[in-house]
Amino acid sequence: MAAVRFESVRKTFGNVTAVDDVDLDVADGEFIVLLGPSGCGKTTLLRCLAGLEKVDGGRVHIGGRDATDLPPRRRSIAMVFQSYAVFPHMKVRDNIAFGLRMQKESRSTIEERVGSAAALLQIEEYLDRYPAQLSGGQRQRVAVARAIATKADVLLMDEALSNLDALLRMEARAELKALLQKLRTTTIYVTHDQIEALSMGDRVAVMRSGRTIQVDSPLTVYDNPADMFVGGFIGTPPMNFLEADVSPNGSGSVVRLSGGSFPLAGADTASLNGRKLVLGIRAEAIGVEREPGEGLIRATVVVNEPLGSHNLLTVRSGEDLLKVSARPDLFPPPDSDVWLRIEPDRIRWMDRETRSALDLRPAAV
Amino acid sequence: MKAAWLPRVALHAGAVILSLWVVLPIYFITLAAFSTQDAVYKYPKNLVPQDLSTETMRFFLNSAGVVDSLQRSVFVAALTLLFALGVGTPAGYAIARFVFRGANGFRLAVVSTRAFPIVILSIPLAVTYIRWGIDDSVLGVALAHTALALPFAVLVTSSVFAGISVELEEAAMTLGCSRMAAFRKIALPLALPGLAAAAIFVFIISWNEVFAASILTLRNPTLPAQVLSVLNESALPFRFAGGFFLLAPSLIVIFVIRKYLFNMWGRVVK
Repeated sequence: MAAVRFESVRKTFGNVTAVDDVDLDVADGEFIVLLGPSGCGKTTLLRCLAGLEKVDGGRVHIGGRDATDLPPRRRSIAMVFQSYAVFPHMKVRDNIAFGLRMQKESRSTIEERVGSAAALLQIEEYLDRYPAQLSGGQRQRVAVARAIATKADVLLMDEALSNLDALLRMEARAELKALLQKLRTTTIYVTHDQIEALSMGDRVAVMRSGRTIQVDSPLTVYDNPADMFVGGFIGTPPMNFLEADVSPNGSGSVVRLSGGSFPLAGADTASLNGRKLVLGIRAEAIGVEREPGEGLIRATVVVNEPLGSHNLLTVRSGEDLLKVSARPDLFPPPDSDVWLRIEPDRIRWMDRETRSALDLRPAAV
Repeated sequence: MKAAWLPRVALHAGAVILSLWVVLPIYFITLAAFSTQDAVYKYPKNLVPQDLSTETMRFFLNSAGVVDSLQRSVFVAALTLLFALGVGTPAGYAIARFVFRGANGFRLAVVSTRAFPIVILSIPLAVTYIRWGIDDSVLGVALAHTALALPFAVLVTSSVFAGISVELEEAAMTLGCSRMAAFRKIALPLALPGLAAAAIFVFIISWNEVFAASILTLRNPTLPAQVLSVLNESALPFRFAGGFFLLAPSLIVIFVIRKYLFNMWGRVVK
């Protein structure tokens, strides 16, 4: 059990800056996910924590002590690799026992811990097999069992599920989350899969170009992305972004989009007036009506994709193309008109120049 | 359907021809080496063993210097194996694992040592050896053979290590191993089959090498040097027996090491 702290960590490879001045605090027992597109530095950051990469600047603290100059074996970490890195020349049993043997644990302790780790991951019947005789999913379990058997303070996972096929991955995701909740070990999990990040993490650190852009709870990251990159990277479909102008209108304001306008109430809308803005809104925060009405924006259906739980509409409103979730019983044919209701309190305002979110959320209660 | 068996037959026929190409000379040499001296001269030859005797072999082994040179050859090859793999394995590992300044240049330099013709080097080499006092010795020949075998050892071992995922060693390091221990416990056992293959090459390079061995020795030649030096004046049975002796150890080494090549945990090195 240990907290982890990155202090302005930097790592360069030649003239490529992989990790650029990252500060990050991970609380004891927390499950944090490093999320970002490939090449954003998330794996490098994890390897800096593991001690597999030497940092070029900054400090890494594990459990309150400075681990920056410690070799991996002195950091009390365990790691699950994307390739699983299960030792092919050892039986599953010896793979799981490897770390314990290195720690010079007694025979009985080793046996007991191997047994309990194997039981947790339901691989007891494979203990005497070689990895080559196991499926990918089973090898992944061996890798996790090997990592948790040493009872390290911090568990590191690098794309631990991304080599599994889709169905197995969903299953393994839930199992892994349940397992880690049981263990309450500080866990740092690297993934490029935003669904994995949202569904598993206590907090999600979104990275891009070697920097952390936003570190927040999954729901905050989803609802209140720090900038247009985060909003576009997270969520299926990504957040809609519409160029918007806000101007005063009586007691409130009016929002003008390329496809129409709607009124905006609330006290702090005044600060939006006259600024170059981008309106960010999630697909499910847009209501779809078949009839025109007050404050609704007209749009033309381009594609309707029924997904069972809802229908995903692609609609054109003015110059903007939007993704909208509609009720599963609503089947507007292509080229027909629908009217969109943009929920004012679900809007995330972005600055058109900086592409970053404005702090205020007008009309939020 | 008709064409389906054709490629298979062609494949098998090719395999049979290739095997005969290799096996037949070995068979005839062995046959001659274990026949009576009369049978060796007989024509046409018998294809099946007749008149088996150890007469030829005894004649060969009793010839002056043969047993001694045979022993020296074994020592030279063993020392060469030790030196070439002892130096070549770490070098191969370094090339496979580390990005360092001049890595490509180093790789080229390793190969280019083979570009120096030993004929040109032989006189200065012999002079140097005499000066150092290691001329006409097992150590001296072994050092020369090491120089010849080292490029192969480096290149083969580097490709062996390149085939072993670095993540395996990193995993071992996160599980409590130092760099050295991770190499010893993970990379080395996984590399064994490949290292065995490298060992075969090195052993056979040394065993069959005749030029350097002839130049650097006078009274203490290795077996190929010994056989070469008396080849022209010797009888046919002697040549066959000598051929067999040059052949046999290579075959034995291959058969012994072959086990490691194929018997690797259901070939999972990846």
